[in-house]
Amino acid sequence: MLRYVSKRVLSSLILLVLVTTLTFAMVFGGADNVAQNILGENATDAQIAALETKLGIDRPLYVQYADWVVHAVEGDFGQSWTMGESVSRIVSGRLIVTLSMVTVAVFTIGIVASLLGITAAVKGGWADRAIQVLSVVGFSLPNFWLGLILVVVFALNLRWFPATGYVDFSTSPIGWAAALTLPVAALVLSGIASASQQVRGAMIDALRQDYVRTLRAGGIKPSSVLFRHALRNAMPAALTVLSVQFIALLGGAAIIERVFAIPGLGSVTVQAALSGDVPVLMGVVVTMIILVVLVNILIDLANAWVNPKVRL
Amino acid sequence: MMSAVQQKSSPSLSGRSGLLRSILTNPLGLIAATLLGAVVLIAIFAPLIAPFAPDDLQIFKVNAAPGDGYLLGGDGSGRDIFSRLVYGARNTLIGALITVSVSSVVGVTSGLFAGYFGGRREIVMSWISDGLMSLPSLIVLLAFYQSLGSSIEISMLVFGVMLAPGFYRLTRNLVNGVKHELYVDAARVSGLSDLRIIVGHILLVIRAPVIIQISVVAGISIVIQSGLQFLGLGDTSIPTWGGMLQDAFANMFVVPTAIFWPGLAISVTVASLVLLANAIRDRLQQGNRPVAVPNMPVLAVKPATVTEPVAEGVLLEVRDLVVGYPEKSGWTEVVKGVSLTLRRGEVLGLVGESGSGKTQTAFAMLGLLSTGGRILSGSIWFDSRDIANLPEEDMRKLRGRRIAYVPQEPMSNLDPAFRIGYQLTEPMVTVLGISKAEARERALTLLARVGMPNPLRTFNAYPHQISGGMAQRVLIARAISCNPDLLIADEPTTALDVTVQAEVLNLLRDLQAEMNMSVILVTHNFGVVADICHRVSVMKDGRVVETNDVTELFAAPRHDYTKMLLGAVLDDVTPRVYQPRSGKGVAA
Repeated sequence: MLRYVSKRVLSSLILLVLVTTLTFAMVFGGADNVAQNILGENATDAQIAALETKLGIDRPLYVQYADWVVHAVEGDFGQSWTMGESVSRIVSGRLIVTLSMVTVAVFTIGIVASLLGITAAVKGGWADRAIQVLSVVGFSLPNFWLGLILVVVFALNLRWFPATGYVDFSTSPIGWAAALTLPVAALVLSGIASASQQVRGAMIDALRQDYVRTLRAGGIKPSSVLFRHALRNAMPAALTVLSVQFIALLGGAAIIERVFAIPGLGSVTVQAALSGDVPVLMGVVVTMIILVVLVNILIDLANAWVNPKVRL
Repeated sequence: MMSAVQQKSSPSLSGRSGLLRSILTNPLGLIAATLLGAVVLIAIFAPLIAPFAPDDLQIFKVNAAPGDGYLLGGDGSGRDIFSRLVYGARNTLIGALITVSVSSVVGVTSGLFAGYFGGRREIVMSWISDGLMSLPSLIVLLAFYQSLGSSIEISMLVFGVMLAPGFYRLTRNLVNGVKHELYVDAARVSGLSDLRIIVGHILLVIRAPVIIQISVVAGISIVIQSGLQFLGLGDTSIPTWGGMLQDAFANMFVVPTAIFWPGLAISVTVASLVLLANAIRDRLQQGNRPVAVPNMPVLAVKPATVTEPVAEGVLLEVRDLVVGYPEKSGWTEVVKGVSLTLRRGEVLGLVGESGSGKTQTAFAMLGLLSTGGRILSGSIWFDSRDIANLPEEDMRKLRGRRIAYVPQEPMSNLDPAFRIGYQLTEPMVTVLGISKAEARERALTLLARVGMPNPLRTFNAYPHQISGGMAQRVLIARAISCNPDLLIADEPTTALDVTVQAEVLNLLRDLQAEMNMSVILVTHNFGVVADICHRVSVMKDGRVVETNDVTELFAAPRHDYTKMLLGAVLDDVTPRVYQPRSGKGVAA
């Protein structure tokens, strides 16, 4: 267990170093016009040179990188070039918003996909057809388009939910829920579509196992066969899907936050990408990778708990 | 799964025309192919189709309603939405083409490489592949945006690399699948380059799965590309579906309906790609898809032909049992009128080759036929009650408590996720209604009784921690834990080592005598029959061809088939040499 976690952390660190190095080379290496962009078309060469010196991008790339790493290890990702705040403040403030949305989305996907997938595996019928239709619809409807449609229908026409904005949970739980309903709905459709297919397949596989017949032959209750034995054996596949979904949701959140004007990590990424705010981009990438790694380790631990054959 | 794809794909999808035909004969596949063809044609002939140039502005038509030359109205700058949709198809498809080409070439090549060389190289490449898959690609594309420049094509190229792992895994698994096949070994021995054989074979086999993957990747690419453009990335002067959505979004409070058309174009295109992929996949899996049962004609169960009461001392009497499974052409009978009689305390051997219907007969007695299977006619009298068509709820009360089952393959018949102890106590708690503590005591006693050297350790072990022979003893312990009247053992020793076989048979015989159980022993092994059975029924092609006392059957087999089976056994020396502990001779 300890060995597993340390191995996993080591492997993740290598991934983190590789990706951040590559990203750094890309974003800082491509930061030639940043000063020009920030100062505008009318800036003089002297002004541009002064800003480049101030931002430190007149130095060789490897010097910048060493500098960045030394500070990043201490949790200091520098100062945003365009937002007038430190990167760590920007990222940590926005992260909570995105995480609350993505967490609600992951649980929604997990619950709905399990119910749908299990029903389809056991009963077939309507749930089977629903999954078939969903698998096409969920894949083909881009989440941002779905979001826009939801806004037009439920916010502009029916006025059930706010069209845009975000309310802190601590300020008003109801306001928070109302603000997140449409964004989460737009986010989860494709996840439900793919996860319910996986759950259905995993359940069908589990129910086909020899031990299921033998359990039934032993007079075990159908509910126990289904929910205790088959479900537990189908769980690893379902959990793995959730970790894939989590990664997809982090990307999806970037667009959805833009549609609903939610001040999360995604919308700040878009803003930084458009304005060339390189330190913020680096901060976001590091945060995202750490998040993904943490979630994957959690899912692996959950898998090991469910499946005794997996020895960590 | 991989091997199934290989087997199915080579014969059924040989040749391009076969694949194409298979897609077009599927109604959804035909619709998808037509839609997709239309989009491609529109993209190619955009200048001919669009009534206006994509950048034609008419200032009085800003956010105009449809009509007056503008088929779908005007956008936020007064441009014709319809014309921009037509040109947008072109730019969107180019982006998808870039992603698909890059990801398939990079993925398939690296997959071939990793699969062929294996070892450390494969580990490193798989690590890279996993790493790529664990990155949120949209975030990475956003982060790279400034340095990649405003052209969306370069972003789509990078995105292609990020989607390469799908192709990589597909190819690597296929290569690993064929690498050790016999003909490759043979080629290697005869000095041929196995690389050439593998590549040749893989490129043949991989075509259909790669086309599926290409459709899926093209769909993802279109969605992500539109997403980036919707966010305002890329060259905004070029008409794209995502860019149009952005414009519509900006004017959403003025003309909410304008968001409809570009989104529809994206969705329809992506949906046809998915449906196309599904059509090919359906075709690949056609062989192993279960036949839809609801379409089968519902057969009324024929009443039992013999209704006279069961004789005294008989526990189980099967009369004219017919079991069928639905096939495309109708019901296929696997058991065709089997009759058996089992007296109390008797051991009946059910002997036959695989496919003779003996296991299906056993499952029918338990009411546990596989999906779709039905008892079509006949009766199963258990303790003077016909259980052939008992409702599932009543049948369940018999299972475990009165009729128990020992399966053939011990390891796959224990739930890998639960400890042995739980799996032993659960039936006792459920069936007998005793407390968990009492069930635990009984389980430990049972484990000792079936010959576990350390019952407590086995009790706390998971199935993968014990041997096959031990697992079979556990299953026997579980089967007898509720004192059943009838034990159905389906080839209980076949999967075990020869030495363990004898021990397990001895255990079964001792338990049978101790508890005075009736036992039906399904087997193909006359050695086992001779060792333990009182009477024997020989099955062939779903019918019982001969039933007799064991001694008489061995001395004077009447049916030719029985003679043949016995002859086959006599030729086969090895399974007959074991010395049972009780000292009973083989032909007792």
